[in-house]
Amino acid sequence: MPDEKATQPPLVRLRNLSKHFGEGETRVDALRDVSLDVQAGEVIALLGPSGSGKTTLLNIIGCILDPSSGTMELDGELVLRDGRWVRPNLRRLRLDKIGFIFQFHNLMPFLDATDNVALVLQLAGADSREARLRALELLDYLEVGNRRRSMPAQLSGGEAQRVAIARALANQPRIILADEPTAALDSKRAGIVMDLLRKVAVERDAAIIAVTHDEKIFDRFDKIFNLRDGRLDV
Amino acid sequence: MNLAYRDIRHGLGRFLLTCVGLGLLLGVVLAMIGIYRGLVVEALTIARAPAVDLWVVEANTRGPFAEASRIPADTREAIARIAGVVAAGSITYQTVEAEYQDRKLRLYVIGYEPTRPGGPPEIEEGHAIARSHFEMVADRSSGLVLKDRVRLGRDTFTVIGSTRQQVSSGGDPVVYITLQDAQKLQFDLAPPAARIQMARGGTGSSGRDTVNAVVARLHPNASPDAVAETVQRWKHLAAVTQEEQELILTRSLVDRARRQIGLFTSLLLAVSAVIIALIIYTMTMEKLKQIATLKLIGAPDRTIIGMIVQQALALGLIGFAIGATLIASIKDYFPRRVVLEPDNVLALGVIVVVVCLLASALGVRAALRIDPATALGG
Repeated sequence: MPDEKATQPPLVRLRNLSKHFGEGETRVDALRDVSLDVQAGEVIALLGPSGSGKTTLLNIIGCILDPSSGTMELDGELVLRDGRWVRPNLRRLRLDKIGFIFQFHNLMPFLDATDNVALVLQLAGADSREARLRALELLDYLEVGNRRRSMPAQLSGGEAQRVAIARALANQPRIILADEPTAALDSKRAGIVMDLLRKVAVERDAAIIAVTHDEKIFDRFDKIFNLRDGRLDV
Repeated sequence: MNLAYRDIRHGLGRFLLTCVGLGLLLGVVLAMIGIYRGLVVEALTIARAPAVDLWVVEANTRGPFAEASRIPADTREAIARIAGVVAAGSITYQTVEAEYQDRKLRLYVIGYEPTRPGGPPEIEEGHAIARSHFEMVADRSSGLVLKDRVRLGRDTFTVIGSTRQQVSSGGDPVVYITLQDAQKLQFDLAPPAARIQMARGGTGSSGRDTVNAVVARLHPNASPDAVAETVQRWKHLAAVTQEEQELILTRSLVDRARRQIGLFTSLLLAVSAVIIALIIYTMTMEKLKQIATLKLIGAPDRTIIGMIVQQALALGLIGFAIGATLIASIKDYFPRRVVLEPDNVLALGVIVVVVCLLASALGVRAALRIDPATALGG
């Protein structure tokens, strides 16, 4: 299997990615020549002190921040060349190919668990019935099917994060970006969430990139990358 | 999935409370518009009641409403003989305070000749004046009912008929009595003053043969201006057409009050617009994180714009409906007339919709400028 994976193109390929803010004396280099390959099925962590460029890197991979230079391919598609986006409609790209998991779940407070997941499917064009069926399947898969009618405020932190993961998986993206996914959870629930993410990565052939400071889950990652002053070290 | 509807349903209590607050504000705006219209309508009521074409008054005055006017009572015969005049009637106007059920009742007394123009336009209950003396037709707003007896001056009058919505420009309820009774009420001196007058060789009556105006109905083919010109050949008389009389009432008599209310209404409308804009803008600002998340997960702008605009319109229209319903149900309890004309209500509705759209444009602008990265991190 490892050999087979090595022959596949990486789901995320970054080459010489740089990002600076400001110019002249006020210039801050957030990322310097970052190159990274993440294969399908891999769960990797981005570590680093505050201001090291972790979130900047996550934002660029999530196509919500313009880099200064570099090239990026997502799921085999060239989306960034020499610091310029070459893929039109990045929002659609995010909807179809990237799933986001947030530190504080960011579920829509006015939608129940099922509709929070179904929303993403409907945004992608699924009809209401089909979206709800798929949402229920995902909630069952993440073992929160029993809370399908619950509003986010009625869910525990772990349940809400599982619903958020279900939402991230709704459109079957192959790239999942997680921003401190376990920061708001205790160690037991953090472990459960990481196990789920690993299960998703393996069973759905997805790449998971997580920004974290949570030492208790370091052993759940395939690779850990350290960012220091905008440079990436394995 | 309608996000605006789901969001409203989720915070239904708060949304409805906001709608009620906005409804009360819009209700006040609507009430002010109604009071403004009511003032104009009330001002015109008495001038329109006799359904005449020409008002003959004292020379160099714009009587009988804007200025005092006294002309000889026999003017009516002279006017009735002018070509084009179908009917003419003498008329007097005065404000009196009467005692009624241990309280002061302020009344606007109109004296008219029962068989001639100048009487009440329509009797709602009872019948018109049939006797020469001491009968009265009173407007319902006075609180007087049939068979009530009221003392005016030195005589007691019995209510034999009632009218509806007949008030003076000052809002006082109108009562109709015969011209003779009205002249006595207006021009007869009190007994002590009459005794002094008689002792000095006078008659004891200051001018029973005087009226405030003569009103005339013209033949449909007769020109009011031409008849007015004829009347003005008598140097002691002036003639005002019905159109001019209405203009005098609205532009002169109630003009300041009208402008005052008009200005206040405009101010209130501006305040309402600002408050609507603030509510909608705040509603959007409270959802910034949700909007950022929607943008991050790939929601198109139209989804976000739709949510903001639909909520703004729902807020404005529900608030407007609450305000309009409230004022429509309580308008009759106002001490003066509140006239809600459909076109005014509709115009306010359109203004509310426009304000909501403009206000939501501010919210939409803010929402579209939100960086989706805001959704990441704490």
